[in-house]
Amino acid sequence: MINITVNGQHHDVDADPNMPLLWVIRDILGLTGTKYGCGAAQCGACTVHLNGEAVRSCVTKVNRAAGQNIVTIEGLSANNNHPLQLAWNEMNVPQCGYCQSGQIMSAAVLLREKPDPTDQDIDDAMSGNICRCGTYQRIRAAIHKAAAMQTEGARL
Amino acid sequence: MKKLIFLGMVLAIAAIAELSFKTEAVKTNTYPALPKDSIGSVKAFMSVYRVLKSARCMNCHPAGDAPLQGDDSHIHTMNVKRGADGKGLYSVRCSNCHQAENTAGLHMPPGNPKWGLPPANMRMVFQGRTPRQLALQLLDPKQNGGRSKTQLIDHMANDDLVGWAWHPGDGRTLPPMSRPAFAAQVRLWIAKGAYAPPAKAK
Repeated sequence: MINITVNGQHHDVDADPNMPLLWVIRDILGLTGTKYGCGAAQCGACTVHLNGEAVRSCVTKVNRAAGQNIVTIEGLSANNNHPLQLAWNEMNVPQCGYCQSGQIMSAAVLLREKPDPTDQDIDDAMSGNICRCGTYQRIRAAIHKAAAMQTEGARL
Repeated sequence: MKKLIFLGMVLAIAAIAELSFKTEAVKTNTYPALPKDSIGSVKAFMSVYRVLKSARCMNCHPAGDAPLQGDDSHIHTMNVKRGADGKGLYSVRCSNCHQAENTAGLHMPPGNPKWGLPPANMRMVFQGRTPRQLALQLLDPKQNGGRSKTQLIDHMANDDLVGWAWHPGDGRTLPPMSRPAFAAQVRLWIAKGAYAPPAKAK
């Protein structure tokens, strides 16, 4: 049994220690918001937070997550009200939507570390997350908007 | 007399065994010294240089702020940046994709617990350095991470991340000589006087 904490809930998972964390999240725990894209850490669709870092769960073995804290898109906020989720909704960012949970999880790390990111910061943080629909300009705009919301929220 | 020789041999073997288990940097200058020999020293360094300029070593010692990839040393995809600590930036940290070990399969991320570039304040660039420039840089504690010659030998011979170059995972070529042969050339370079090649050496 491997003990992992996902979105604040403890789970004892009966899985091979070498199983990708992504399979555990999707197939064993049933959290399907995290997507399988390439399986080679090339696209970013499977991004989740492991102790706050935006790891690619398709190449991260569940053994690495044992005893650690995982947050998936389902656990990013209590009511889908993280500034990024609100901004994404307002700006109609997704087209097909497949990459978007990975995009938001990567952007969340950026906003935590750089609350008011420049375009260059966004390029540095987000270039590893690929969008086949090409929604990059809306992603950029939504990150700026979420940053503004976050700052506004902090002022209130 | 025979007993003394035997005792001496036992002590020497014990000392060698003890030293071979040491992985931490040795503090004192304990590297072997040979008579100064600028030609032999430079010859050994040129072997070292060929290893350091191989893709497995140079790709993480780039001239710019992005790591390199592949045997052709192209710039790492995904706009990966060095960051202050050499481990990446924001959501593009090295260990987000690179695990503690190589991920199996062609074109999968290689890995090591210490995966990363040298930090921004100690960039230790190999790319584009001539043999002379690289030799002088490696010998300068202000540019080599504060290492003495003994620590430099230890780093080349025993460091785990350096050693990854000889276990790089599927589809990646190895440096042009084995690690023991490489470490022997580093020792020889330093033992014979740690000479830097002349400026015209290539």
